[in-house]
Amino acid sequence: MVKFLMKSNKSDLVLRSLSLFYLGLLIILPIAAIMSEALKGGLINLWNNITLPQALFSLKLTFIVAIIIVFINMITGTATAWVLVRYKFPFKNIMDALIDLPFAIPTVVTGIMLVTLYGPKSLIGAFLGKYGIEIIFDKPGIVLALLFVTFPFVVRSVQPVLLEMEPDMEEAAMTLGASPLTIFFRIVLPSLTPSILTGAALSFSRALGEFGSIVIVAGNIPLITQVASVYIYGEIESYNIQGALGLSVVLLIISFLILLFLNFLQSWSKKHETWR
Amino acid sequence: MKPGDDLKKIIYKRKNTGKNILTFLVVIWFIVLVMVPIYGILRQVIRNGMNIFITSVSTPAAGHSFKLTLLLTITAIVINTIFGTIVALVLVKQNFRGKLFLEGLLDLPFAVSPVVAGFMFIILFGPKGWLGNWFHAYNIKIIYALPGMIIATLFVTLPFVAREVIPVLSEFGLEQEEAAYILGASKWQTFWRVTLPSIKWGLVYGITLTIARSIGEFGAVLVVSGSIINRTQTATLHIHQQFTDFNYSGAFSAAMVLALLSFTILIIMKCLYKNKEAQ
Repeated sequence: MVKFLMKSNKSDLVLRSLSLFYLGLLIILPIAAIMSEALKGGLINLWNNITLPQALFSLKLTFIVAIIIVFINMITGTATAWVLVRYKFPFKNIMDALIDLPFAIPTVVTGIMLVTLYGPKSLIGAFLGKYGIEIIFDKPGIVLALLFVTFPFVVRSVQPVLLEMEPDMEEAAMTLGASPLTIFFRIVLPSLTPSILTGAALSFSRALGEFGSIVIVAGNIPLITQVASVYIYGEIESYNIQGALGLSVVLLIISFLILLFLNFLQSWSKKHETWR
Repeated sequence: MKPGDDLKKIIYKRKNTGKNILTFLVVIWFIVLVMVPIYGILRQVIRNGMNIFITSVSTPAAGHSFKLTLLLTITAIVINTIFGTIVALVLVKQNFRGKLFLEGLLDLPFAVSPVVAGFMFIILFGPKGWLGNWFHAYNIKIIYALPGMIIATLFVTLPFVAREVIPVLSEFGLEQEEAAYILGASKWQTFWRVTLPSIKWGLVYGITLTIARSIGEFGAVLVVSGSIINRTQTATLHIHQQFTDFNYSGAFSAAMVLALLSFTILIIMKCLYKNKEAQ
């Protein structure tokens, strides 16, 4: 009976062909098309497009802000997950539900919200403007927008791991006289590492590709606030396909690498589970 | 009282100050980073007054953009629910060469920048592209038109349904379907009567995520649509247009509508999640 069910028959084949058709049309074919278009002009041409000063600047800026926000998210995200799982405080359930808000709110709306709050005409913006600090239409705005849109990633990957963690090891360490900090760094943190890195990789990937909130908050000022996605958009707008191809290929390759890294992390955390 | 309980009490007491400081810092960070901006836009809309809010949301361009977003969302729900379920069924229940490769590809839409996604479709469906060539011969416009926007929306929301259904299907196993089969049910009956009810909540949750993303998508749709007012402008593109035209009250009002909408979706999602967990 089981054999009969498992056997590849007509309906299985139809379903498989449909999935292949769908994923092929929406994912494989577009990627093949952009890669072949990029290689058509030759590798040297592609390299020249990537190393144009403006393109290179946007790539560098994108990487720097992505690294900054990943670093901040690893700390604040882990702390948030820890507090939500281990401690009790008023309105905890509401806060837990609202953590996902940045995923639900459209990125353009995020940008608009930050402009109303920190823009030059706002209370905070005007105050900081007196001291020559600009948030909107400058780099701090990019960091702020990215922190907002990536906030849930680390929290949501660490939280389930913390929930499942048995407190017996921590209790053993505690009775042996270890300080809370020692317990955290020696016992809790090593088990959390794969999930923190997963959240970090997801934040990094999102930060590299983010467009909507940044284009509103930071505008499109070459060599000042232009990140990679905004640069690509500008090139497409001015019908400079070759210019857009260079950075698009770079971002695509990094996306592939991040997916591979996430896969590796998944098998790592599975191994961790069987060890325990 | 167990031995060691005293000790625990002492240790927990010692930890309390650190605990309170950490909780305080985390709550403040969350409020400043996430809640204050939301309050900011709410205040702005209230200050402008209800009249400005209603007039700027009911302009023809705004109305058209909301309708277009609704259309894209419904299309994405229908197509991605069907194909997402099929993909999940194939990846869980079948074994074939290249399966791992397909499963890896499934997550790609989450990893690719929306602008790059839109650009890929311009190259594929543009007048000189592999597929655009063919459509061009029959005078069918894909890029800077509705079909391209549908394709872009389908791409960015593709993984949601499949990713929510796959774990439910793998936990569900084969036994019940086999039982139905032994009792003489056809494959079709087995699917409708046994498989579908068991993946119901995963499906509903995946659809909710699809809705949220379709409403909020900006970069990919902007690139493929060309953002033509009253023709290819969705709600998010409309907000962007109002903002770049310095019509701030229009941008704030439309943004407020979407913010409220996404807030509602989040609440629904949380309630559904409880059901899903309970199952």
